[in-house]
Parts: sequence; C-alpha cells; structure tokens
Amino acid sequence: MELDKKELGATHYKESALKEGKLLSLAKQPKLQYAWDNGPAIGRYLEELKEGRIIARKCNKCRRIMIPPRMFCELCWRPTDEWVYVKDTGKVNTFSICYVNWDASRIKKGDKPHLPAVIEIDGASEGMGILHVLGEVEPEKIKIGMKVKAAWKKPEEREGAITDILYFKPVRG
Amino acid sequence: MAYQKVAIVGAGITKFVRRAQETGKELAFQASKMALDSCGMTIDDIESVSLGTAPDAFDGVHMKGEYLSDGSGGWRKPYMRQFVGGGTGVFAPIHGWLHVASGMFDTCLVVCSEKMSSCYPHPQGAFKTIFDHTTEQALDPTLIWIFALEMNRFMSTYGITKEEIAQVSVKNKKNAMDHPAAQLPMEITVDDVMNSETLAWPVNRLDISPASDGAAAIVLASEHASKRITDKPVWIDGVGWNLDTAYWATRDLSYPRYVEKAARMAYDMAGVVEPKREIEIAEPYDPFDYKELHHMEGLQLADRGKAVEMLLDGVTQRDGDRPMCPSGGALGVGNPIAATGLMKVIEIFLQLRGEAGKRQVPGSPRCGLAQAWGDLMQVGTVVVLRR
Repeated sequence: MELDKKELGATHYKESALKEGKLLSLAKQPKLQYAWDNGPAIGRYLEELKEGRIIARKCNKCRRIMIPPRMFCELCWRPTDEWVYVKDTGKVNTFSICYVNWDASRIKKGDKPHLPAVIEIDGASEGMGILHVLGEVEPEKIKIGMKVKAAWKKPEEREGAITDILYFKPVRG
Repeated sequence: MAYQKVAIVGAGITKFVRRAQETGKELAFQASKMALDSCGMTIDDIESVSLGTAPDAFDGVHMKGEYLSDGSGGWRKPYMRQFVGGGTGVFAPIHGWLHVASGMFDTCLVVCSEKMSSCYPHPQGAFKTIFDHTTEQALDPTLIWIFALEMNRFMSTYGITKEEIAQVSVKNKKNAMDHPAAQLPMEITVDDVMNSETLAWPVNRLDISPASDGAAAIVLASEHASKRITDKPVWIDGVGWNLDTAYWATRDLSYPRYVEKAARMAYDMAGVVEPKREIEIAEPYDPFDYKELHHMEGLQLADRGKAVEMLLDGVTQRDGDRPMCPSGGALGVGNPIAATGLMKVIEIFLQLRGEAGKRQVPGSPRCGLAQAWGDLMQVGTVVVLRR
C-alpha cells in the first residue's frame, strides 16, 4: 500500500467557519472546582514557606536531601527519615524568557516576559531543583549557573503557598 | 521467553489537520477502516483492540476510551485504552503486541485518535493541569516552559546553537512535502525559523509542532495468522517502555535516561547489539526540533551531544546514511498527540516494505525504529521493526 494512492479521511475547516456560523458547534465551559489535600510532606513545605523558610526531607539510605520534600524516597523506595532546613539561595540550572501566557495568549505589549527557571536550592542535594520564576533582572543578563536568592512576600501577606516566594533574584556583589 | 511473533500487516491514517469537521470517533473509524481494507480484513477478523488517546481534557469528554470505543471497532470485544501523554502513540502498539505475543489473541487492531481542536480556542491551556497542582500550577506555567527549559539546558551543556537545532525543523517540514497526510509541509530556511515569533526563548514558533486533529491505525497478527493475510509482514522484534519520576526539575535535563532504558529494553529483545549500525532508519519523536537530537542520543543512535553533527553532515536527511523522521515527523506531518507516534510506526512499516512512495529512503532498509515520548518529560516508548 502507498499512502499517496489512497483517499485519506479528515476534512479541514477554518476557524472563521465557526465564527461566521457556517459550521455549527456547541460551546460549553465546565466549571469544576477542586480542593487538593497537601499531604504531610507538601503540607509542612507550605507551612515553612509561610514562615519564610524552605524545608526538605532526607533519605538516610541514599543520603539525598530532597526538595520539594516527600515522605518516601522514589529512588530507594522507602520512607524518608528527617526534616532538613535548606537555604533560600541557589543557582539557575536553566531558564526561559517567555512571551506566552498559560493559555497560549500573548503577554500584553510592553509587559515584562515571564522568566521561568529551574533553581537548584543550596543545602539540597546536587541537582535538586524546583520550578520558579526570576525577578529584578534584565532577561539578557540571566545566565545558567547564576546565584540567586528568594524574594519573599511580606510576612503578613504570606498564605502558605509556593507564591510566598515572589521570585528569585540575582545575589548582588 | 516464549512469545508469539507479531507482525504489522496493515495500516491506515487520516489527514492531520488543525480542525477536523469529523468527531474523534469518526476519525478513529476512518483510520481503522483504511487499515483493515489495506490488508483485506474485516472487523470480524479482529480479536482484540488497543486504543491510544491522550488527555481527556482535550475533548472535555471523560472516559475518552469508552467514548472512542465504537469508532475504533472495540464494541463487544476485548478492548483496552492506553495513555502515557505524548508517548501514547507507541505505547498503544506495544500493548497490541502484548495482546498477540502473549498468545491470548491472534489479531489486534491498534487505533490512535486525537481531536485537540475541541479545546477552544487553543488546547494549550489543557496542559496546565499536567504540572503539580500545589507547587507548580500557582506559577501559571505553560507547557512550552518545560520544553524551553530543557532545550536551554541541552544547548548549554553541549554548546549547541539555536541555528543548528533549527535545521531539524527545516529538514522535517521539507520531508512532509511528500506526505499526503501532512498539515504543515513547507520549504523554509534556518532564517525563517530564527525570525519566527519568539514564544519562550529559546523556542520560536517554527521550532514547535502544531496542534492537530487526526487518527492512525495498524493491524497486528501472529505469525501463523499473518500468513493468510500478507506476504510482506513487518515484524515487531523489540518493544521497550520506561517512566522516570515526575520530579522533573530534579533530573538531568540534558539527557533522557528513561528513553535510553526503553531503547535498551527493545534492543535486548530484538537482539540489536550496535544500534548505530543496525538501526538503519528511525522516527524519533520530534514535537520540538531539539527533541529529535535529544532522542537520537537517548536511543543510542548518536553519542551524547553529537546528534547535531550527524544533522549538520546531512546524515539524517532522507537520502543520508541514517534518515531520521523521513515522514516529516510531528513538525511537518502534524502532532495529534497519540496519533503522531502511530504515524511514525506506520512510516517505518511502509519504508521497510518499500511502499513509502516519494518518501522512500534509498538502500532498502531492513531494520528501523519508532519512538514516542511524553508526560512530564518522563516516558519513553520504543518499537524495533524488521522485515
């Protein structure tokens, strides 16, 4: 069989056909809501973020200090052993300069791009990173390996969320 | 171990388009019917059905496996749905292989159908929920972030440039000019890629595959059943799949170790000792252009950081010594998530049978590979095919 010699299915239409009503469709927006339980590991992580600290969990078998904390070590596949505070500094493992919002819409003209990065947290095991964003930095000055520090919300504004850290900013000097 | 040998004996595919008038069920039916017709079979000859389809969130239909079962010929048959994100399109035929290799069934219809356009105006938002709800979603991530972060790490680890990587997009979109199902066939230059909109540096618009609707299907048969169906069977000689942890930010992003594990599993089964020499043609998963290079390295088809040299030397062109994505890949043919991986399996099937028409690679290859990848950059799925 050769595909070139066959009649293939699927009939393309342009989005304008929907907008002009030439092709009928049913549009619905489901309104689902969720309340996600944190569990003991992420629960404590969030409580500590509210206090302006970052906490990790240690596995005494592989000796990894893991962030985000977890109650079981996915490599040794056994319960983790202790809580360990780590620093609120780290280095940029990788980053992006992003002009697209989460829903594929574009950021407004003149707005600053999103600066997502993987931050390797000081005090956690080598290579242990978390997803966060960078701030107080010109996009063109961001470098892999750059040292950064958490910029925290004011204590009274913190709510026990990953966003209690506003962003990570370059360490001066 | 004692497996039944499993052959691919037929294949079908729809066009890949941004928005299809047909429903997901209808697309599944079109591809399945074409696959059965291609080998002179009817749905009554099919003993089991393996369906692959990606997130229910695209369709806004829960239990999408059940929803698509009639179009896939699965009603009143042993029917199973597979789903590992972008890896689904090669995971579904692996499950079909298990159905037949185990001796449970002599035939299996493998169908992959995807309709992304129902998520309107753009399916991008549906991807937000793949991120951890508490520690990541609050940062408003888009799917492109993880690709941009991985691409940057890959580039900086090996000193590879955006211009070099863009040549994958140029090659694959050009290859797609000869694929009758292709959504984005085009002749472009590296400059066109570099000058296309920057979405999330280092990712530009033309570094990315499109959102698509489409379906693909293949028919599997045991060795003795295949003799009644075709004199050109293509054998699934090796299968491999592997998942890494969802703590993606704690992994080495420059190298897909889980793809290596999946590939080694498939190579061991197929008796492939030197993949660089023995795998003559491959369809690595290419939802973004750098991924083709990243996956060639995971698949042991290139040394770490060296896949780009094969690209620049023309080795991976369709008329090169080791063609990669001769179909045009996800970048050129399109990327209806689950159907993309199966499109890649079909391309190797056709190439090994010498039936790829204008896309046929020279040298009558005997051994090829198709691979898919997905979830939170954590799953690798591989099949090794021989004629």
